[in-house]
Parts: sequence; C-alpha cells; structure tokens
Amino acid sequence: MDLPPLDLRLTIHPRVSVRPEPFGALLYHFGTRQLSFLKDRTLLGIVQSLDGDRSLGEAIELEGVTPDRVDRYRRAIGTLMASSMLVPAARTEAAA
Amino acid sequence: MTLIDSPTVTASTPAPPAAPRPPATSQTLLGHFERGLDAPICLTWELTYACNLSCSHCLSSSGRRDPRELTTEECKGIIDELQRMQVFYVNIGGGEPTVRSDFWELVDYATAHQVGVKFSTNGVKITPEVAQRLAASDYVDVQISLDGATAEVNDFVRGPGSYDLAMRAMQNLFDAGFRGFKLSVVCTRQNIGQLDEFAAIAERFGAQLRLTRLRPSGRGADVWDELHPLPEQQRELYDWLVANGDRVLTGDSFFHLSAFGEALPGLNLCGAGRVVCLIDPIGDVYACPFAIHDEFLAGNIREPGGFTSVWRESSLFQRLREPTGGGACGSCSFYDSCRGGCMAAKFFTGLPLDGPDPECVRGFGEQLLAERAMDAVPKPTGDHSHRTSPPRPRGSTGPVPLTLSIRRPDAPPVHACAESPLAGFSPDAATTQTLTAAGCACGTDH
Repeated sequence: MDLPPLDLRLTIHPRVSVRPEPFGALLYHFGTRQLSFLKDRTLLGIVQSLDGDRSLGEAIELEGVTPDRVDRYRRAIGTLMASSMLVPAARTEAAA
Repeated sequence: MTLIDSPTVTASTPAPPAAPRPPATSQTLLGHFERGLDAPICLTWELTYACNLSCSHCLSSSGRRDPRELTTEECKGIIDELQRMQVFYVNIGGGEPTVRSDFWELVDYATAHQVGVKFSTNGVKITPEVAQRLAASDYVDVQISLDGATAEVNDFVRGPGSYDLAMRAMQNLFDAGFRGFKLSVVCTRQNIGQLDEFAAIAERFGAQLRLTRLRPSGRGADVWDELHPLPEQQRELYDWLVANGDRVLTGDSFFHLSAFGEALPGLNLCGAGRVVCLIDPIGDVYACPFAIHDEFLAGNIREPGGFTSVWRESSLFQRLREPTGGGACGSCSFYDSCRGGCMAAKFFTGLPLDGPDPECVRGFGEQLLAERAMDAVPKPTGDHSHRTSPPRPRGSTGPVPLTLSIRRPDAPPVHACAESPLAGFSPDAATTQTLTAAGCACGTDH
C-alpha cells in the first residue's frame, strides 16, 4: 500500500462515529457498517485533528510524533482511508 | 462469542517497528476487552418472546409474548441510553421482533438517535413493501434465518413452511434492491454438508452468508445431542471456514475450532459481559444471548440507574471481567486461541466453566460429557415456548415407542363409514339423498 502523502487534507467521514477508549478508540461507519479499532491514543489524536484544513503532516506533527515513527502513522491512516473512515476533504460533500 | 462479525473489524494500528512486537499491541487491546469497556461495543436486544415459529433449537425458548414486555417508551429510553453510551449498533432479535406492533417505530427511533440496527427475522413480515422501505435505509441491516439449504433440512428444525417464508423474504429484499443483507445459518449436523449450497443461495440473493454455532441454550438444550455437529463435521466446517472465511461472517462464533490449526479471523475472545450483552424483552440484562438463565442475569433496566449501571456495576459483570487462568485448559497449547470455548455451551451441558468446551476439538469435552452426572445439567429458568405446539417433549422422556401396522383383513371395520366419511355416498344419487342431521349417510343407526 502506498503511504498517503503528507500534504493530503483529510476529514472523518460524516457517517463515522468516534468513541474514545483507554486503548485508543472505536470507529464505526454507519454507511458500511464497519467497525475499526484504533489501538493507540496518538493515532486517535491525529484522526481527531484531521479537520479538512490541516494537512496530514501537520496533524501528525501536532501529536508530537518523532520523525522515525511518521510512516507508521501514515500507514495506519492509509488503512482508515481504505475503509472510508477517512476521506479526502475535497470529496467530503460528494461522499456524504 | 463476541457477536461482532469479524470481517467488519479492521483493526488499525501503527505498523510494528523493525524489531517485531505485534503481540504486545494486540494483547493490550484484548486485555482491555477482557477487563471490560465502559459501554458494550454492540449488544443483542430481544424485543419480544412472541414468535410465529417454534424452532426446535430456539436459544431464547420463544413462542409466547411475556405480559411484562417493555413498553414503547421504555424501549425508547434504552435507545437514549445507548446513544449516550455511544453503542453504535444493536442486534435486534426475539422471538420474532417484527411482530411487535411498534417495531418499525423503534427501528426509526434508534436510527434517528445514532444507534444502528441489524435485526434478525424469519421473514414473516418482509413483504415487497417492507423490503422497499428497508432497501432505502442505510442504517438498517436485515438478517434472515435459514437453517437448511433445502426445505427438508430447514423445516426439520424450524418447522413446516419456514423455508418458503425465508426464501420469499430474501426474494423480496433482492427485488427491492437491498444488497448485502445477511443470510444467517446455525450450523447443525444436518446442514454442515450444505455449506456450498448456502453460499450459492446467498450469492443468488446478493446476500452475505453468516454462519454461527449451535448452542445448547433455551430449547437448544433439548435437541443439542441430535443437532450439534459431529467431530468430523467440525473439521469439515473449520476447513470450509479457512477456505472461505473472507466472504462469510461468523460473529466470532467458532473460536473453539481454532485448535485445529491457524486461528480463525476475529477477536477469539468470549465477550460476555465484557464487550457484549443481552437485553431481553422484559428488560433483564444477561451476559450474552446464549445465557438466558438466572446464573447469568446481571440486573434489569427498570431498576434505578437503568442499563448503564447494570453494565458498569453489576457484580456478575465485574466477576466476568476478572482475569481467568484457564483452569483445566490452562496447560493446553491451544488455549491462547480457543480460550476454553463458550461459557454458555459449557454451562448448559453441565460442564465446569473453567474446563473444556463440550465441542473441544481435542475431544476433552466429549470425555467430560460422558462422565458427567445427569443432574449436573441445569434446569431452564425461563420458558416462553408455545404451549400448544411443543416442538419436542421436554426433559429426558426419550422417544415414544410407536408401532405402525395395517389392519388385518380378517377384522373389517364395524361400519363402512368408520373407514370413509363418504362411504355409501354416490354422486349420481346425491340429488335425492337426504343427509341426517348427524351428517352420516350410511343408513344405519349408530
């Protein structure tokens, strides 16, 4: 899987609910009826700061991720994009 | 069993660094689940014990409506609570939930309050009009129950006419354009050989196949000995799941089969009282849908504090969230994937909860079943079966001996009319014949 570019602007799909948990979070997509587990609070922080304006790189930086770990989070974000939990900001309205 | 259909679970985590340490992260997640969450991930909600069918293996012993059934307002109160707790979806069942007159009102209320609904039905109310309506909603999923790929096999456990009922419902859903509804099959000794046929039926109707395990719960306890898959069929099922696992759902039902080899996809964890539970039609909260018994009753939503405090504070759920050592199974090399199997299956077959599952693939369960004292099997604490059509005699009465014979030719019937109600009736003479008030035209006084 290609890593999503750092300048990508993403947002949580409007039909996705996020439930924070001590281990990270549960995500549920009401459209696809898919459940995802975020196994990491840092990942949750990144996901929550993806507001469509901020780039992926900025969101990762905001959570204080060290450079050697950035790609791991990009890969996790890529997984969430593949299951439509996260969508590119420009496509939000069409996807809704 | 977690009730979470595994292929919908897409765990997302940072990839491990160069030195692999995946177990650490996944153990942490499982560890969290074992200790219980502040709210269930999803739950099963049996809306009514009323049912038009009398399936012989019904895990809730359904049939008759319970007069104490929750009112519409009480049900809406539960939905409000689930919304506050961020329980994303409920699996609604019964009984036959669609026979409740407020069923659609409750479904609409739930979906309007961010609680998704998947409901299980035998199809009785899935008319073409209802199917249209369901197809138009993203927030509602439907699960049609079918336990045989042929009418013969299905109706043997679900009753006459139930195959046609389910097939008609699926046709209606398909015609309405509903794609991806679930075709749900309880795996039995009689239908294990039909797995490919089930997959073909699902494909024909654009549905997704869901296979679950037969539990000795409710009336299932009465028929488990005849219906549960034989050891070699378990192997057949496991191989089929390994080959087809990516396109079938299992609700994480079969983790006890993981000891055959590689673990099946899913959490492989008993979620009872930890991440799932059951709310029954009268508001009783049980650890899981397969454990409707006083032993697993955590409380009632009508008590002060409602569902939230039952979930968070009940002493039963606290106990279920305590770490367990694995008991007699602790030293088994497959314990990590099988976890001793299903608590309900053990309980209702009279096996100790800290030992092997009755269907342990290594045969330890069978051994214990053979050795157990019959009075070890618990008595059911609730039964809503139809009184007029019990599918099987309850208890251990065994088969009724019955000899079929034909009448001996040297012993004719006392009257011709004792053999045929039309004896002596001739169509030609019908215009002139007068029937007596009693209706018999045989001409003798009897």
